[in-house]
Amino acid sequence: MDLDLPLIWAGIIALAVLLYVMLDGFDLGIGILFPFARSPRDRDTMMNTIAPYWDGNETWLVLGGGGLFAAFPLAYAIIMPALYIPILLMMMALILRGVAFEFRARGRTRGKAFWTGAFAGGSTVAALSQGLVLGGFIQGVTLNGEAFGGGPFDWLTPYTLLVAVGLTAGYALLGSTWLIWRTEDDLHGDARRWAWRAVLASAALLAVVSFATLFVHPQVALRWGFEDGAFDLARLALLSPIPLLGLAGLGFVVWGLAKGGHVAPFLGSLTVFVSGYLGLAVGFFPNIVPYDLTFRQAASAENALGLMLVGVAILLPVILAYTVWVYWVFRGKVGADAGYH
Amino acid sequence: MEFDALLLSRIQFAFTIAFHIIFPSFTIGLASYLAVLEGLWLLTRNETFKTLYLFWVKIFALSFGMGVVSGVVMSYQLGTNWSVFSAVAGPVIGPLFAFEVLAAFFLEASFLGVMLFGWKKVGPGLHFASTVLVAFGTLTSAFWIISANSWMQSPSGFAGTVEEGLVAVNWLQVIFSPTFPMRLTHMVLAAYLTTALVVAAASAFRLLKDASEAESAMALKMAIGMLAIVAPLQLLAGDLSGKDVLEHQPAKLAAIEAFWETRSEQAFHIAAWPDREIEGNHWELSIPKLGSLITAGAMDAEVQGLTAFAPEDRPPVFIVFWAFRVMVGLGLAMIALGFWGAWLAWRGRTTRSPAFLRACVAMGPAGFVAVISGWIVAEVGRQPYVIYGVLRTEDAVSPIGAGAVSASLLAFLVVYAIVFSVGALYILRLLAEGPVAGAHEPPPRENRAPGTPLAATPEDPGPSGQETR
Repeated sequence: MDLDLPLIWAGIIALAVLLYVMLDGFDLGIGILFPFARSPRDRDTMMNTIAPYWDGNETWLVLGGGGLFAAFPLAYAIIMPALYIPILLMMMALILRGVAFEFRARGRTRGKAFWTGAFAGGSTVAALSQGLVLGGFIQGVTLNGEAFGGGPFDWLTPYTLLVAVGLTAGYALLGSTWLIWRTEDDLHGDARRWAWRAVLASAALLAVVSFATLFVHPQVALRWGFEDGAFDLARLALLSPIPLLGLAGLGFVVWGLAKGGHVAPFLGSLTVFVSGYLGLAVGFFPNIVPYDLTFRQAASAENALGLMLVGVAILLPVILAYTVWVYWVFRGKVGADAGYH
Repeated sequence: MEFDALLLSRIQFAFTIAFHIIFPSFTIGLASYLAVLEGLWLLTRNETFKTLYLFWVKIFALSFGMGVVSGVVMSYQLGTNWSVFSAVAGPVIGPLFAFEVLAAFFLEASFLGVMLFGWKKVGPGLHFASTVLVAFGTLTSAFWIISANSWMQSPSGFAGTVEEGLVAVNWLQVIFSPTFPMRLTHMVLAAYLTTALVVAAASAFRLLKDASEAESAMALKMAIGMLAIVAPLQLLAGDLSGKDVLEHQPAKLAAIEAFWETRSEQAFHIAAWPDREIEGNHWELSIPKLGSLITAGAMDAEVQGLTAFAPEDRPPVFIVFWAFRVMVGLGLAMIALGFWGAWLAWRGRTTRSPAFLRACVAMGPAGFVAVISGWIVAEVGRQPYVIYGVLRTEDAVSPIGAGAVSASLLAFLVVYAIVFSVGALYILRLLAEGPVAGAHEPPPRENRAPGTPLAATPEDPGPSGQETR
């Protein structure tokens, strides 16, 4: 049997990153919304809604990084140095917000206040730096042969800042709609108000980012039907399901918010993320280091990809199964006392 | 010495990985200990085990969290700072990292949630299964990461060169490289010893305050049992690991023992002041012929000295020599502590010897120090190579500037200093409280408004119309 291993692995990495963005997205969103909570008790509840999951969610980031190293070592070796500063910034932020789950529960007055701040600040900075990483990736990386050949601040442009703000708004949308689903009473009401603001901000920023992305590289514009001032409607029509999916997702969020649904806004937000993710991926595919290195050029040895595929075929279904089980175990509305502390 | 991106990256990697290893070396053992405690509780229904479980699981949560976040850093730092290494070695050891994530990290992370928050949500059987799976996950993680590291120490099963890229030709030889079995054994035993020492120290500390605390007495006995059996085994495992080093990394062995000339009847240096500049030791305190006996098994065995290797192929000697002596010295102290405790236990006096209890407290951090020293021997001893004999460390670094690396190194120093000191404070605070006060089981769901002492922090204004269902 002849499997297209590089293509399969590109799909696996893409899936890992998408799952990461959606899953850690809502729990980073909780941290982004932390400053807006009306009481420490509400913050306890917010944290309790994600406490059993956050570690598993973040593991998809490790799979994204580790998987890229294993399956596309050349891409890993180029992208990481290129985005050195935002990636390291993300790491520091994730450290501070990650330990805050336990530390905040152990701290006394000042300690608790500090780790509340660390959780909020860390989550926000992690979201922003992930946006910078994403933006820096989409706008392309300068190569010198088969190594990174640009400068340390190549990633810092108006476009990447825009993406950073957009992704952060998107995470706030995921976080607020998650809270609508998983909380009650005052906090639930607050989450609805946050979700209204987040969905408006996300929709506006998604539109601006989508538009701006057309200008980062001719290849992206070409994909969407624009070439040298000419416009090819057939190309755009072919890809139109992607933006339409995003619009449907936004519509579902708004509809869910308007009619007081509990789950619909969250599902709608996830749909928006899938659409945005596909929309960006279409622009640079088949490059894995935009816009000079394809996933085939960066792929690891066939035997390495084959060996790992056996592992994935056995383990990934198991991982997905127990992840779903854990979400099932901790289903339902969550209160401030749900923790074990 | 110039502070270029290479040196800064080396310092950063050494610092972040030394920080990281503290937590796995404790949580690997602690996860197994928790599984044993929960199993014993289910089996005997003795509440002592449950109290101990609920207490130590809190320490576990704190330590595991720090291990997770400092571990995520490692999975990205290979690329950010060591991109040439990543590109060259990825096709061979990339799969080992991938298997670690797939087989271990997800398992640990997912079932940790059930372990910490599922006490009232799942039945005792499922909860126990979750604890066991987390423990299994920690060991699986150790398996794959030690496999990857061992390949870097004694690469096998591959073909190709650094220039054209490496590729695996025999996966079993890649995964089970020659030094892997003993190194894995050595590390897992080290983790168990580290945990046993911490449990012994915490229990002894409590017993010095209150000799009648049954939970601490039980935990101390379990820890002594572990020490008395595992510490001598570790000496054996370490010796076998040393034989691997002699065979596969002779330059490292020469540095460990500060052997300079190649000869039979090498002396064993108990202490020395090795210096690469003079290619010898300024002074040494030695036992004749014992060096050959210990390292090669016979007094007349010829053992290579550092001068057998070109100066640019020699690892730093001073740090390797002394790190090894710290590790072994602490290992011998652990054996002594284990025997002392076993003798007291046999006489039924473990909790009534203040001298022994104080010794246990003093030895609490010994496991961590020994683990870090051991890794210094392994990693510094591998220099100047990152993949022994294949890729030099200086050729493995990313094309990045010193400015970015100094900024990130500084940030790591600050962030880790905060995280470490606060984490240590919270853990020590819990340990001082002891198992009885520290083991509040989540109370029944109805009447919990006043909360546990931990939940009711001064800042907390109390219930605000939010109740748990």
